[in-house]
Amino acid sequence: MNSMQLLPESASVFASQLDLFFWVMVVLCGAVATGIAAFVIYSAVRYHRVRENELPPQNQGDLRLEAAWTITPLIIFIGMFGWGAKLYFDIERAPNDALDVWVIGKQWMWKVQYADGQREINSLHVPVGQAVKLTMTSQDVIHSFFIPAFRIKQDVLPGRYTEIWFRATKPGQYHLFCAEYCGTKHSGMIGWVYAMEPAEYRNWQQQGAAEGSLASTGEKLFHQFGCANCHHFDDQGQCPNLRNLYGRTVLLASGDTVIADAPYIRESVLEPKAKVVAGFEPLMPTFQGMLTEEQIIALIAYIRSLGPPAGGETPASSGSAPRTGTKGIGAAGSTSINETVPGKK
Amino acid sequence: MTPIKIKAAESPNYLTEDRGIISWLITKDHKRIALLYVFSITGFFFIGGLFALLMRLELLTPATDLVQPETYNKLFTMHGITMVWFFLIPSIPNTLGNFLIPMMIGAKDLAFPKLNLASWYVFMLGGMVTLYSMIRGGVDSGWTFYVPFSSLYSTTYVVGAATGIFISGFSSIMTGLNFIATIHRMRAPGLTWFRLPLFIWSHYATSVILVLATPVLAVTLLMVGVERIFQVGIFTPALGGDPVLFQHMFWFYSHPAVYIMILPAMAVVSEIVAAYTRKAVFGYTFVAMASVSIAVIGFLVWGHHMFVAGESIYSAMTFSILSYFVAVPSAIKVFNWSATIYKGSVSWDTPMLYAIGFIGLFTIGGMTGLFLAALGIDVHVTDTYFVIAHFHYIMVGGSVMAYLGGVHYWWPKISGKMYPEGLARISAMTVFLGFNLTFFPQFVLGYLGMPRRYAAYPPEFQMLNVLSTAGASILGVGYVLPLIYLIWSWRYGKPAPANPWRATGLEWQTPSPPPKHNFEETPEVARPAYDYEGMKEELGLV
Repeated sequence: MNSMQLLPESASVFASQLDLFFWVMVVLCGAVATGIAAFVIYSAVRYHRVRENELPPQNQGDLRLEAAWTITPLIIFIGMFGWGAKLYFDIERAPNDALDVWVIGKQWMWKVQYADGQREINSLHVPVGQAVKLTMTSQDVIHSFFIPAFRIKQDVLPGRYTEIWFRATKPGQYHLFCAEYCGTKHSGMIGWVYAMEPAEYRNWQQQGAAEGSLASTGEKLFHQFGCANCHHFDDQGQCPNLRNLYGRTVLLASGDTVIADAPYIRESVLEPKAKVVAGFEPLMPTFQGMLTEEQIIALIAYIRSLGPPAGGETPASSGSAPRTGTKGIGAAGSTSINETVPGKK
Repeated sequence: MTPIKIKAAESPNYLTEDRGIISWLITKDHKRIALLYVFSITGFFFIGGLFALLMRLELLTPATDLVQPETYNKLFTMHGITMVWFFLIPSIPNTLGNFLIPMMIGAKDLAFPKLNLASWYVFMLGGMVTLYSMIRGGVDSGWTFYVPFSSLYSTTYVVGAATGIFISGFSSIMTGLNFIATIHRMRAPGLTWFRLPLFIWSHYATSVILVLATPVLAVTLLMVGVERIFQVGIFTPALGGDPVLFQHMFWFYSHPAVYIMILPAMAVVSEIVAAYTRKAVFGYTFVAMASVSIAVIGFLVWGHHMFVAGESIYSAMTFSILSYFVAVPSAIKVFNWSATIYKGSVSWDTPMLYAIGFIGLFTIGGMTGLFLAALGIDVHVTDTYFVIAHFHYIMVGGSVMAYLGGVHYWWPKISGKMYPEGLARISAMTVFLGFNLTFFPQFVLGYLGMPRRYAAYPPEFQMLNVLSTAGASILGVGYVLPLIYLIWSWRYGKPAPANPWRATGLEWQTPSPPPKHNFEETPEVARPAYDYEGMKEELGLV
């Protein structure tokens, strides 16, 4: 590897968008800074004191100048804000067709899990041209998942999920860094991202999935931990039906609604009483301390596999009809896919 | 140089009036307390600098060979803690501010002289507690004390170091209160608010931040201590807490703290630019109000440290736009200083070299702040060397340059001696060159993606790191030189006249060094600040 590099590799859609903005900023700010420096140096040289008792002409200020150099920067700054915010919106909101990958940070390694069941440590394989969404959490302290060649970074927190996404454009091997100081071997919490042509990626995928998909692991856990005892799939259980739940709006006993996404399911497993589904008793025990982050991820993948089908994250339309039925049998009889789907208790 | 004649001080001055070490330790004279602070923070500066030197040496090579990662992590933590809380925060306010605020407003002392002395003792107590934790084994939490690492995972002396910072915070609050009361109540007759030197406006704004922000830091550190010692879940999710809450609270102090460091630097630069161009600062009112608005808006931008920390898109947007707003008054200042230099009578004496250096480096620091305030760019460069370079341009290129400029400018007043001009110019340029060579490559490293706080790094980053380390050695020389020649001049320097620079401030209308109570009689003020035209006969200018 060469010992002198001045520009980072640019290997994602976001990277080229960001570089454009960055270099426009460099040129603009560079021009203004050079102008200021030239003006100051010119003034210091041109008006260098010649006589020790010199009194220069006094000038207290100029209102028009003050207004000009207050308002002009303000307008330019608002433009910078807008451009930066646009890029941020793009990178914070993954497209619906993104490939889901799960990342768990711990002192001092990155554990990666794919929907097909592959697992890796300190490396991430992704296909070029496909949006990839990372859903991440930490087992201990705060970490930060950083791929310079993709220009993306997102802190990885214990106790919740954070997300980032990217679309790689160029096959290659790129650095993966932990960017939030996390203890002794922080600078060793690094790895590689392998961006591969789709065909090559499919080959790689087929090599590793020995244990079955993440969802099938989740299904085993679902039975092993007794979830299936209460969560039936026919709306007859004491607990909400989890089929066709993922991504839909759930009405809570508090009257609020929540989208049944990964953070919500995670919370419901660990803190069942935090958000109780309308029409259900808060019977579920907590699984805090009983499940690892990997197991929770597998359970989420399983619940997701129960539908609605992928890409079916169409938001439930027409508000949320309250299901006030007794014991959660509410909408039985009609279609099981209600506006408001029971999520968990 | 033919200094104007003011009655030579035959009578004892503040340095000679009382003698003996005890007289210094129980002094209530703001000028002596300022010097106590000078000694203390100079010590802390070189301790913090030593940590930096060791870090830079370790970073000469990609692998960890000079020190182990454990040690490296302690070095950057202790460098940050020492420099932020025991050098930068007190640097200008407690030394130059302490010395000059009463003199500039024609007062005999600060409003509460005993509180002023107490603040130094509290500062030293805090400093010693933190230093003791460092000697006992050090601390590796980063100066930012991010939880849950600092509260539950670090095995080092987190509580000790935090206790020292907690204690020294009270010194900040005492100083802030003292300055506010002094500036409100002790101005000389005729010295209205808009006749005040800009130094006073900036220190007033700084004091408000000291008083309002520091308690939040105290509360935050206290909670980290409580969580660490008693396992009470405040910030750690496993105990039911929220780590992002910590970051909000920490930056609610630590962002305004940046303005505690830079506003006094701006104060010094305004004075130097006026004195070395012999012109009133262009747009006085705008420069004064810029200080006030920086202090106010500065309280509303803390969330820009957390764009990738898990805050919502909408709060990120709010903090981004507010961060751009706070950049406007800084830009106004730079433009006004530049306009002051234009058509001035520009001297190239050392303080002016530092001030011009400040304008350049602060501009680069400020402009790279615009990059970081841009949400999209921040995603890539936050937590990399780009941020390190950015804030060192502000705090070292800005604050430390201004501090050195101010020390030289007021050195004749403080010591009663002139510093050696030629040597001082050489060291000012050494500092400027060394600084840029140290920190400019770090912008490139940051955009390349080198994360901060890395003891080891990939080999392709080496050349830029070598440049940075080379620059740091030059910078080190630039810092040691003034230490040597200023100490030398204290004893052997040419005696200084009352007003060697023909400046307008009240501090120059009393002998150098000043008498114990600053002025023989309370001055009366009938003109605006920097009124060179009105004072030309007095100053001998034509």
